[in-house]
Amino acid sequence: MIKLANAQFWVHDQDEALQFYTKTLGWEVKADVTMEAWNFRWLCVAPAPAGPEAPGLVLMPVPGPPMLDADASATLGDLVAKGAGGTLFLETDDCQAAYDDLSARGVKFNDPPTAQPYGIDTSFRDPSGNNIRLTQVLEFDPARGS
Amino acid sequence: MARVPLARHLLRAKDLADARYADPLTVPDLAAAAGLSPAHFSREFKRAFGESPHQYLLTRRLERAAALLRTTDWSVADICFAVGAGSVGSFTASFGRIFGSTPQAYRAKFPPAEWQVHIPRCVAQAYARPQNRTFREDPAERASLGFS
Repeated sequence: MIKLANAQFWVHDQDEALQFYTKTLGWEVKADVTMEAWNFRWLCVAPAPAGPEAPGLVLMPVPGPPMLDADASATLGDLVAKGAGGTLFLETDDCQAAYDDLSARGVKFNDPPTAQPYGIDTSFRDPSGNNIRLTQVLEFDPARGS
Repeated sequence: MARVPLARHLLRAKDLADARYADPLTVPDLAAAAGLSPAHFSREFKRAFGESPHQYLLTRRLERAAALLRTTDWSVADICFAVGAGSVGSFTASFGRIFGSTPQAYRAKFPPAEWQVHIPRCVAQAYARPQNRTFREDPAERASLGFS
């Protein structure tokens, strides 16, 4: 058996990311351990309630040397800021309620909940620019939305 | 309009405690979520779930705190505030009543967090690799330093 354990986003600032995912989104910290000898911090969060088996999102700092040289590191940071870092696809049972709740908590959405043939969805970004898509899956209906 | 069972209102409050334990939530906040007066709410909550809303919220926070003690290297004070507990003193006292030890002693019973979080080998390899600070392996470098 193979299962999804953790996925990963590059972030510009782990403290800022931690604040956003926990205080703004209300997620839980699955792990936060600093390895001083490596100059590395393993920071993993997950939507609440996050049991031990729940897949987590690892918030990894944009690496510098020796993993990436300074130019490559700056380029990667820029790409993430430009939205090229990737997308996390989330599902909810009520897109409008989640939108209202998260808006009240300070999340700036890219678009309001929008009807799609596959359901209702919306999206927002984390402080680094990573995209997070939030979908309420409904029975497929080509007449609903674009 | 269909009548909503009381338990559904109470569950709304329980869900709020589960989702927002880290905020400065109080029993009156939970009662408001259920749409009941605090006294009536506390009575009905205990009847439905077997413990008072105060106990439920407190044990939710302590369960999260215990998880953070095992899986992070945060200080006890940071964990206390991260789970919405008001003060380190009352948090430590409550923790002791539920878990039978101080937060520090509880943490010490488990392997260090870095053992538990299973940092993948690829990450260790990438981040733990030291930067080359001139190991005198470059022939030109060696020559310039007077090595043959």
